Amino acid sequence: MSSTDPSTGGPLTDDGLVQLLTPEGERVSHPDYDARVAHLTADDLRGMYRDMVLVRRFDTESTSLQRQGELALFAQALGQEAAQIGSGRALAAQDHVFPSYREHGVAHTRGVDLTEVLRLFRGVDHGGWDPVANGFHLYTLVIGSHALHATGYAMGVQRDGRVGTGDPQRDTAVAVYFGDGATSQGDVSEALVFAAVNNAPLVFFCQNNQWAISEPTTRQTRVPLSHRGTGFGIPSVRVDGNDVLASYAVTAEALERARSGGGPTFIEAFTYRMGAHTTSDDPTRYRSAAEEEYWRRRDPIDRLAAHLRATGELSPEFEAQVSAEADALGERIRTAVRSMGRPEAVSMFEHVYATSHPTVDAERAWFEAYESSFLDSASEGSHR
Amino acid sequence: MSTTLDAVHAPTAAAPAPSRVGQKITFAKAINLGLRRALEQDAKVLLMGEDIGKLGGVFRVTDGLQKDFGEDRVVDTPLAESGIVGTAIGLAMRGYRPVCEIQFDGFIFPAFDQITTQLAKMHYRSKGRLTLPVVIRVPFGGGIGAVEHHSESPEALFAHTAGLRVVSPSTPGEAYTMIQSAIASPDPVLFFEPKGRYWEKADVDLDGEPSLGLNKARVVRAGSDVTIVAYGPTVLTALKAAATAEAEGTSVEVVDLRSISPIDVDTVVESVRKTGRCVVVHEAPVAFGAGAEVAARVTEQCFFHLHAPVLRVGGFHAPYPVAKIEHDYLPSLDRVLDAVDRAIAY
Ligand SMILES: Cc1ncc(C[n+]2csc(CCOP(=O)(O)OP(=O)(O)O)c2C)c(N)n1
Ligand SMILES: [Mg+2]
Repeated sequence: MSSTDPSTGGPLTDDGLVQLLTPEGERVSHPDYDARVAHLTADDLRGMYRDMVLVRRFDTESTSLQRQGELALFAQALGQEAAQIGSGRALAAQDHVFPSYREHGVAHTRGVDLTEVLRLFRGVDHGGWDPVANGFHLYTLVIGSHALHATGYAMGVQRDGRVGTGDPQRDTAVAVYFGDGATSQGDVSEALVFAAVNNAPLVFFCQNNQWAISEPTTRQTRVPLSHRGTGFGIPSVRVDGNDVLASYAVTAEALERARSGGGPTFIEAFTYRMGAHTTSDDPTRYRSAAEEEYWRRRDPIDRLAAHLRATGELSPEFEAQVSAEADALGERIRTAVRSMGRPEAVSMFEHVYATSHPTVDAERAWFEAYESSFLDSASEGSHR
Repeated sequence: MSTTLDAVHAPTAAAPAPSRVGQKITFAKAINLGLRRALEQDAKVLLMGEDIGKLGGVFRVTDGLQKDFGEDRVVDTPLAESGIVGTAIGLAMRGYRPVCEIQFDGFIFPAFDQITTQLAKMHYRSKGRLTLPVVIRVPFGGGIGAVEHHSESPEALFAHTAGLRVVSPSTPGEAYTMIQSAIASPDPVLFFEPKGRYWEKADVDLDGEPSLGLNKARVVRAGSDVTIVAYGPTVLTALKAAATAEAEGTSVEVVDLRSISPIDVDTVVESVRKTGRCVVVHEAPVAFGAGAEVAARVTEQCFFHLHAPVLRVGGFHAPYPVAKIEHDYLPSLDRVLDAVDRAIAY
């Protein structure tokens, strides 16, 4: 097991992690990435703080709603807010994102109303938002599959002549988000192959949250996951994923490379899943309280807050304002979820095909007649 | 392996361009010309697959297309089927119309997840916001003396999946128009090409427009005693059976399904109500095959017209056998005639 020991360059090593904020919130300099954040104002940083707080409230509120029986399931982003908000804020409007299923922070940066995300978890549809309008594809639950969709989409962007024109409104990048477990999927490797040989304008954003349900990263790899990219000839970088500034900086660099025609980048954002895998999971069966405590002390929101406080940029008034906003979001989520009604049963026949399919049409007609036969008999006084 | 396969490949030399109407061309060439027409008419059409560029595909179906349309539109992909279909999905999301070639039927399974879980469901999951006009071309079926994994008929697996259309042409003329209809379809289409027929020649009207669309079956021979339902490679077997049976005094109607999803039940039912007997023929295993679906539909809708149970002729519930005995596995003329006799004698 020595290859997994942090001190020997195993998958959990700190080696090579890009960091701009220490866990205590101290700004440290990095020769390659300082310039990437130089233009960020105190307002920008406060905006990041606000986003992270709102997304965390979304998590806690949704988890309570699941406990109350209002949602069938929920998957928290808890602990990964810096990786998601930092990278999401580096994206441009024309960029396109392919998320997996816990990218609520990225969804928020793409302007997706977070209540829409809960439609999936309540079981009223498979994702309520418009993937085209938001530049944010539907959540993909099949681990790793969407890495190929992102690659194909990026190949389309190339063919559309939207790479390397030098026009910042026009040049387009694609980003795909996936986990440490996903790196073992064949589709992710195939995506790395296709992206590499096509020089696709794509950012592979791997959130190594150290767990794939109950399996630690050491079950997926014996070297840092960023090596996955290197092996395919793709520039790769490891970033402290609990550092919102560093996450922003490395993503901005990778997106610029993609848009300018420099091809794909692999980012490993080293972070931690602070919550359970989903509301159905019980992490006490496979990880220690001490480990959780260690990472609680590295909370990404606390880190940014500490930095802002130390620089005098986080006033009690602003904190109170954000907290009030979070309360309002919580209230809105509760109301929205409770008002999400059951879809009409007949809607299961809609959109199966883009053009009519006789089997679907016939079965739908049968189902409607079957349903209305009960209505007829009910009006005659009998019951189902 | 290469010697066996080389023996079945079409000649490499490009044939001279056929005159527009009534030229005898091969099945493979008909698809090639259909693809060429689609590439000419719509700049968003792309071909993707293994060895489809300079080589023109192992069956030469894409012969000459990369030379004329370039490497960005006729794309030699990495050797990864899931990758081919998965990236085609992404390209379709971006507005392209990818036509993927799976080199052989038995190699479609690495892409099975992308086809059934992603491609088939995206329109539904996105409530119609995303359409994926992806065509997946699959040379299928046996009888060519190939090594294992090169002779299979997996169409039922895809017909069983909502969201996919599954079709199979039976003649060069149908192949020419159906490939164009498939590319024009906003829905994903699995396009099963009977590889044993690639070298067969027929008159093709190259100016002909697709008239029947993708959903409809075609009565390819009229008759009054028995209906044989077939598609793809077995249509010719059915026609031969009909000719033989006629000499013996039995009048056989042959329905070419053309589409396996959807099945044009109306055309089949109309025929069986007339003949009162139905035999379904496909190369795929009989058990859980498309023939079972036809039999059930016919039984539901023709029950009082039937003089005999619906019979099925096809492959066995065994892996596709070695080449030396494959003709004992495939639905031969004799086995089809045997079923016709049993239906008559019932
Ligand atoms: C193809 C596939 N296999 C198994 C699963 C079940 N599953 C859901 S999440 C998960 C773990 C994923 O881990 P990771 O990629 O690290 O993402 P994370 O949940 O940590 O964000 C598994 C095994 C699945 N959704 N898809
Ligand atoms: Mg994980």
